[in-house]
Amino acid sequence: MAMARSFDLGRFLRREESKGLALIAPPFVYALLLLAAPLAAIVLFSFWTQDFMTINRTFTLDNYREALSDPLYMELLSRSLRISLAVTAITVLLAFPVAYFVSFHVAPERKSLWLFLITIPFWTSYLIRVFLWRVILAYDGPVNGTLLGLGLIEEPLAWILYSANSVVITLAHAYAPFAILPIFVSLEKIDRALHEAGRDLGESRVMVFLRVTLPLAMPGVLAAVLIVFIPTIGDYVTPRLVGGSDGTMIANMIQTQFMRLNNAPMGATLSVLAMLMVGIVSLVMIVLTMRWTGGGKSK
Amino acid sequence: MKGQGLKAYVILYLVFLYAPILLLPMFAFNSGTVIAFPLQGFTTGWFVEVFTTKALIEATRNSVFIAVSVAILSTCFGLFAARAATRYNFPAKGGILGFVMLPLVLPEIIVAVSLLVVLIQAGLSTGIWSVIAGHVLICTPFSIAILQGSFANMDKSLEEAAVDLGETPLSTFRLVTLPLVAPGIIASLLICFTISLDEFIIAFFLSGNEPTLPVYIWGLLRFPARVPVIMALGTLLVALSIILLITAEYFRRRGLRRAGKRDVGGFL
Repeated sequence: MAMARSFDLGRFLRREESKGLALIAPPFVYALLLLAAPLAAIVLFSFWTQDFMTINRTFTLDNYREALSDPLYMELLSRSLRISLAVTAITVLLAFPVAYFVSFHVAPERKSLWLFLITIPFWTSYLIRVFLWRVILAYDGPVNGTLLGLGLIEEPLAWILYSANSVVITLAHAYAPFAILPIFVSLEKIDRALHEAGRDLGESRVMVFLRVTLPLAMPGVLAAVLIVFIPTIGDYVTPRLVGGSDGTMIANMIQTQFMRLNNAPMGATLSVLAMLMVGIVSLVMIVLTMRWTGGGKSK
Repeated sequence: MKGQGLKAYVILYLVFLYAPILLLPMFAFNSGTVIAFPLQGFTTGWFVEVFTTKALIEATRNSVFIAVSVAILSTCFGLFAARAATRYNFPAKGGILGFVMLPLVLPEIIVAVSLLVVLIQAGLSTGIWSVIAGHVLICTPFSIAILQGSFANMDKSLEEAAVDLGETPLSTFRLVTLPLVAPGIIASLLICFTISLDEFIIAFFLSGNEPTLPVYIWGLLRFPARVPVIMALGTLLVALSIILLITAEYFRRRGLRRAGKRDVGGFL
């Protein structure tokens, strides 16, 4: 009896399971073929070498040795890391007050209008937006014009275009909604009664923010950090259009290796190194945040 | 007092966000050929040139074809995955779904070069179809995210009632499920269409000699004399995407009303 019942239950579960698996199969197989296989190919390529058009398939670590000892590659990797860390910090710091404003100071029925207002500029052509930053930051552009007109500077600032600075400004603009939205979502989840409780217990506004709001918003802040940090390291367009030679990043070198120098294995090696760097830094950020918020709980 | 300071900051921030697209129409209607201040006279000539440049029309046709195909394919994948995620339990569910969503957090250049390497090794040529393949990969996660919301909002008992009343699973899906998630499907189609239309890196690596619109624009940016035409084109694209977005938002809200839920925020 019991055997028969558990057998039926097992069959029922398998039916349920196989239905789910059958449904998920098409997108999953697609991702296996077009994502897992190509990524595996990139890793494989990084252990090969290329001489003009022929690829030498003997396993070697030469590419990694060369990449890690060449000052140019190392500079590009570390600069990409520096730039995207700066972009992440600036974007998230600038975005937090905006998300806070929309969540705490805007009437509930007008919140989606505000979010809509924030996202509209980002549905315009990415290329054209980046190009327009080149116009805005130009030597004779509106930023320098305004500052000159206000008498704040004597002569146009040259360092704001074709440098790492312009890359940071442009990317901080490009990724703004990706930072605002997750922070907003986590702020929305905070129980408003906690604030009143904090205030009633005699904490100042600032202390309530530091001890209640900020720790509870951390998951959203972490999500924002990762969503901005991961793709910016691989950005190609912004460094090309506004970066000049000081703002070139690793994606530009990867493109050069694949398309110009015909050195796919070195391009693959640099891609793997960039992915490793992104992965490690992201993991460190996740662990640090978990420890910080976890530490707050145990106190 | 504090609230006022915060509001002033938010308004400044909105100026920062809108700065580029406010400049766009200014230069699109400016008769000077140099993209710099001060502005010269008023002209609509650049818009005329947009509609008479053959290569541009060709690139637009490629892009629209790609974007429509990508929207349909990604939304189909999105439907499968979102349905599986909200309705069924199966082994390694988290892992499989996480893997399908992975392109969302992978630098696009990595997706682009890895696909390029495989295509070259397989001896296949690049072109419109390979751009479609790449874009479906990056659009599917967005589609899943949108449709998961629709499926999760749906009352499960409606489907059960239909089955109890003698409908087959297929007709239940067609008559009950599909109409209820239709607004989500339309929103997903529009979002995927917009993402594909604007995507540059994957198209840059995989379009071969069939350029998409962003790839064509990228080529033009090197010729200063052609830049005003890009500004006119950009203005048209902004107008188009705002119309598309408002339509998508309209359908999303209608969907929420149909499912009897309160509106809690926008996209993403």
